Amino acid sequence: MALTVVSQIFPREMIPAVLPLIEDKLQHSKEIIRRKAVLALYKFHLIAPNQVQHIHIKFRKALCDRDVGVMAASLHIYLRMIKENSSGYKDLTGSFVTILKQVVGGKLPVDFNYHSVPAPWLQIQLLRILGLLGKDDQRTSELMYDVLDESLRRAELNHNVTYAILFECVHTVYSIYPKSELLEKAAKCIGKFVLSPKINLKYLGLKALTYVIQQDPTLALQHQMTIIECLDHPDPIIKRETLELLYRITNAQNVTVIVQKMLEYLHQSKEEYVIVNLVGKIAELAEKYAPDNAWFIQTMNAVFSVGGDVMHPDIPNNFLRLLAEGFDDETEDQQLRLYAVQSYLTLLDMENVFYPQRFLQVMSWVLGEYSYLLDKETPAEVIAKLYKLLMNDSVSSETKTWLIAAVTKLTPQAHSSDTVERLIHEFTISLDTCMRQHAFELKHLHENVELMTSLLPVDRSCEDLAVDASLSFLDGFVAEGLSQGAAPYKPHHQRQEEKLSQEKVLNFEPYGLSFSSSGFTGRQSPAGISLGSDISGNSAETGLKETNSLKLEGIKKLWGKEGYLPKKESKTGDESGALPIPQESIMENVDQTITKKDQSQVLTQSKEEKEKQLLASSLFVGLGSESTVNLLGKADTVSHKFRRKSKIKEAKSGEASSTHNMTCSSFSSLSNVAYEDDYYLNTLHDRGDKELKTFSLNSELLDSESLTELPLVEKFSNCSLSTPSLFADNSMEIFHPPQSIAASVAKESSLASSFLEETTEYIHSNAMEVCNNETISVSSYKIWKDDCLLMVWSVTNKSGLELKSANLEIFPAENFKVTEQPGCCLPIMEAESTKSFQYSVQIEKPFTEGILSGFIRYHMMDTHSAQLEFSVNLSLLDFIRPLKISSEDFGKLWLSFANDVKQNVKMSESQAALPSALKTLQQKLRLHIIEIIGNEGLLACQLLPSIPCLLHCRVYADVLALWFRSSCSTLPDYLLYQCQKVIEGS
Amino acid sequence: MIKYFLIVNKQGQTRLSKYYEHVDINKHTLLETEVVKRCLSRSNEQCSFIEYKDFKLIHRQYAALFIVVGVDDTETEMAIYEFIHNSVEVLDEYFSRVSELDKMFNLDKVHIILDEMVCRIVETNRERILAPLLILYVRNQAW
Repeated sequence: MALTVVSQIFPREMIPAVLPLIEDKLQHSKEIIRRKAVLALYKFHLIAPNQVQHIHIKFRKALCDRDVGVMAASLHIYLRMIKENSSGYKDLTGSFVTILKQVVGGKLPVDFNYHSVPAPWLQIQLLRILGLLGKDDQRTSELMYDVLDESLRRAELNHNVTYAILFECVHTVYSIYPKSELLEKAAKCIGKFVLSPKINLKYLGLKALTYVIQQDPTLALQHQMTIIECLDHPDPIIKRETLELLYRITNAQNVTVIVQKMLEYLHQSKEEYVIVNLVGKIAELAEKYAPDNAWFIQTMNAVFSVGGDVMHPDIPNNFLRLLAEGFDDETEDQQLRLYAVQSYLTLLDMENVFYPQRFLQVMSWVLGEYSYLLDKETPAEVIAKLYKLLMNDSVSSETKTWLIAAVTKLTPQAHSSDTVERLIHEFTISLDTCMRQHAFELKHLHENVELMTSLLPVDRSCEDLAVDASLSFLDGFVAEGLSQGAAPYKPHHQRQEEKLSQEKVLNFEPYGLSFSSSGFTGRQSPAGISLGSDISGNSAETGLKETNSLKLEGIKKLWGKEGYLPKKESKTGDESGALPIPQESIMENVDQTITKKDQSQVLTQSKEEKEKQLLASSLFVGLGSESTVNLLGKADTVSHKFRRKSKIKEAKSGEASSTHNMTCSSFSSLSNVAYEDDYYLNTLHDRGDKELKTFSLNSELLDSESLTELPLVEKFSNCSLSTPSLFADNSMEIFHPPQSIAASVAKESSLASSFLEETTEYIHSNAMEVCNNETISVSSYKIWKDDCLLMVWSVTNKSGLELKSANLEIFPAENFKVTEQPGCCLPIMEAESTKSFQYSVQIEKPFTEGILSGFIRYHMMDTHSAQLEFSVNLSLLDFIRPLKISSEDFGKLWLSFANDVKQNVKMSESQAALPSALKTLQQKLRLHIIEIIGNEGLLACQLLPSIPCLLHCRVYADVLALWFRSSCSTLPDYLLYQCQKVIEGS
Repeated sequence: MIKYFLIVNKQGQTRLSKYYEHVDINKHTLLETEVVKRCLSRSNEQCSFIEYKDFKLIHRQYAALFIVVGVDDTETEMAIYEFIHNSVEVLDEYFSRVSELDKMFNLDKVHIILDEMVCRIVETNRERILAPLLILYVRNQAW
C-alpha cells in the first residue's frame, strides 16, 4: 500500500530518502511488491529522471523478471526513456521483439487473456516501444518485421481490443522503416476500419488514415468516398477527425473546397478550443495555397470574423505582413490591397454588424495604409467611417488606438478635415492617456501639414528606414539635463556594484526624477537598440503605444558585420526616431501642455537617449573613472592577497616554483577582475555603440584600467604584460597565460630534471633537500597528481666520480602504499649528474601527518658501498583532491553519507565574507567549491584514491559553521582539523 | 497517459473520481459537470470518443452509469475503451453483479481496485487485481 501511495503522490524532495528502500523492494519475493516498486520508480523517473539514473540497470533486471506483471510495469519506464532517447536502447529491440513474440504466441498464463486475446495492453505497449525504436532505422526495423506480421495476422478476431492492437500495429508499421508487404497489410486493415459500420471503428480508421496519409497520400484516394461520407456524418467528432485528415492532404487544387468545409464546421462549432485550432489551420492553408486574391481576402475575413478575439495573435500579424510585404509581383500586390480595402469598406458600410476587435484592428491598419489606392472614395470618407467606429462604445481602447493611427495616416491625404478636427477635439480630453497622447500627436501634425506629409509617406510601410540608434539627436537634451544637475546615467549593474562596494561615489538621491528615470533602465533589455522593445518595456511610455503595435507588422532587424543595424518601418521611425527633431518637439509640446505625468514620460523617454548618449560620449569618461574606482577597490584586495602570498612564498623557499599555484590563483582573481571588465565592455558594447569610435573609447578605457592594474602586478611583469593584450583581445583565454607562466616557472625550478616537464600540468611542490653528504645530495618534490601523490627524489652526484648501482628504497609505512615507478634502480650514475626516482604514494587510511622514510644506497668506484637515510613529512592534504561534482550530485551524495561532523569556527577578520573564506579553503586544502548560495557554501573533495568528503558551510556573523559528511568515519575529523588550522591561522 | 477516471450516473452525480494529474480541487466539480454534460449529450449512434479541450474523453455506458476516462493523445482510444470494460469486469467479479450502490458503499474497495489497475494501464489480470483486496478482506474478517 505504501508503494502505491508512493507511485501516486510523492514529493520530489523525498526521493533520495526512500530510494534505497524501494530499490530493495525490487528484489522482494512477492511479484506484486516488485511490480509496485517498479511503478514507484517509474513515478520517480517522471518527476526527477536524474535522480534514478544510476538504477537504470535495475530496470533491465525488471524487464527480464520472470513475472509478467513486473515486466509489464517496467515497460512504462522504457517507453518513457525511449521516447526521450531512442538511440540508447536499440540493443533492447531484440528483447522487446522476443517478449512480443511470446505474448502474441500465447505463451503467457491463460489468466492474462482478455476475451481470449493474450494481454492486449501489453501488446499495445510493446508495439508502441517498437515503433519508437524502429523509427528511421532500417536495421532495427528489420528485426521487427516478423513479429509485426505475426501480430497483424493474429489480431483478426472480431473484438474491440484486437482493433486497438491492429491500430497500434498499423501505427508502428508506418513509423518504422517501411516494408512494402507490411504496408500493404496495414493499408488493408485501415480499409477495414474505415468501412466498418461501427462508429468507433470508423473513428479509429480515420485517425489511422490521418497518420498514414502523411506518408502515402494515395491511400486517401482509395477511401475517397468514405471520407466524403464521413464529412457529412451527423457526429461532429467524426467530422472533426475528417477535417483533420483533409487538412493533411490539402494542396493548391483542393484548397478551396477543403477550406469551405472547414469554415462550415467552424460556423457550427461553439467550442473555443476547436475554433482556435481550426482557425489556425485555415489561415495556414489560405496563406499557403490561396488560388486568388479575392478568395484569400474573403477567407481571411471569415477567419477574422469567426475566430475573432480567441485566435492566435500571429494570424492577423502574418496577414498584415503578407499585405505589406507583398509578393514578387507589384500589380498583384496592389490588387490584393485594393481588394482588401474595398472589402473592408463594404463590411464597414453594413449597419449593426459587430466585428471582433482583432478584425477591426486589421481593417483600420489596412485602411490607413492603403486607402490611397481607392479612386472613388476620398480619404475623408474613409476617415468619416473610422470616426464612426471610434465613437462606437463597443470598440475597445486598444482598437481605438489602431483607428486613430489609421486616421493619422490618412489625414495628410485628406484636405477637408472637419472630421479630423472634431476627432482631435473629442479625444484631447479623453480620459485614456494613450488616446490623449495620440490625439495630441495628431493635432500637432495636423497643424504642420508639410511635416506631416514627409512623416507619413504613402505606401512606405515596408521600406526600411535607418534609425539613429545612438540617439545622438538627444545629446542636447541630455546635456541640458546634466547641466541642470541631473545625475549621469549609470547602467544598472554598475549601480549595484557601487552599492556592493559601499562606496559613496555619487549621491543621486536628491534628483528624484532622474533616479526614477534610470530606474526604468533596469527593465530595459541590455540590447537596448530595438527601440520598440524598449518602449514596450516601459509602462509609462503609453504615448508610443501605436508604434508598439505597429511594430508587429513591418519591422526588420538586420544584422551587420559591425553589430546590428536596427532598421524600422517608416511608421515606427517617424514616431520615435527617424525624424528626431519634430518628435522631440512634439514630445516637449505635449509635456508642456499637459501634465507632469507626461513630463516624466519625456524623462523616461530621455533616459534611453541619455543612456546611449552617455555611453557614447561624456559619461564614458565618468564610467571609466567609476570603474577604476571599483577596480581599485577590488585590486586592493587582490594586492592584499598577493602580498600575503608573497610572504608565504618567502617563508617557503623563495623560488617561484613553490608558489606557482598560488600565483595561479591570484592570477585568477586578477583575471576575475579582467572578466568583469570585459563584462562591462561587452555590455556597454551591447548597448548600442557598435561604431568604431566607441570601440576606440573602449580601448582607451581598457588602457586606463590596465594601467591602474599595472603597478599592482608589476612584480610579475610578464603577467601584467599579458593583461593588456588580454583586454584588447576580449578573449576568454584568460587562464591560458598563467599556465604558460606556470610552465616556465616550473621549468626553472625543475633543476633540469627532464621528467618534470612532462608533469608540469600537475601542481608540484618545491624541491626540498632531504639529506646530503660529500658525494650526493637528495632532494624531494611532491607532485600532486590527479590519482595519486607522486614523490620524486632527485639524487645529484656532487662528486666527480661515477656511482654504481645507486638504489633508493623506501621503508614500508603503515599508512601508505608505495609503488615504485620504473627506473628506480640505476646501474650507473655519472659524475655530477642528477637522476630522479619516482614513487607513487597512495594512502591506506586517513591520518594527519605521516613520515615516509627511506634510504639511498650506492657504490662508489672504489666499491665501498654507502647508505644515506632520509625522511619526508607527508600530510593528509597531500592526498586531498578537489571533487568536481554538481550541486545535484552533492545533494545525492550528502544523503548517502552517514558520518558527519559539525563544528563552528571563528573566522579572522580578513576573510569575514563567505567567498573569501571558501577561496582560502579552495587554495589551501584543494577543496572544490560547488556552489555558493547566499550565506551557505558547498564544497567537495576526495581523499585518494576515492573517498569523497562533502562540506557544507554557513556563515553567521564571524562564525563559520562547518559540516562535513563522508563515507569514511575518520576523514571528516581530519579535514575539520585542517580547515580549522587554515581558517584560524590565516 | 490517463488523466482521470470518473464514474458518474445518468443524473450527472459523480460517484467516483480519480485524478492522475494534478487538477486544482476547486476545478474538479466544474470539470466533472462539463464532462458529464458532454457525455450525456452523446447518443448511442455517435462514437464514444470526445475531444475536450486538449485531451480526449472516452466514455462507456453501463446501465445508468457512465465511466469516463480522460486521456492525452498518446493513448489509443480503443485500448482505453476496452480497458474500461476490463475494469468493469473486475468490479463485476468482486461485487458479483456490480451496481451503483455497490460502488457507493464500497468506495474504498473500488479505489483499491483502480489503484491496482491504473497509473498507466498497469494490471489487467483479473485475479491479480483482486488479490490484495482479498487479502485485506480476509484480514478484516479475522479481526
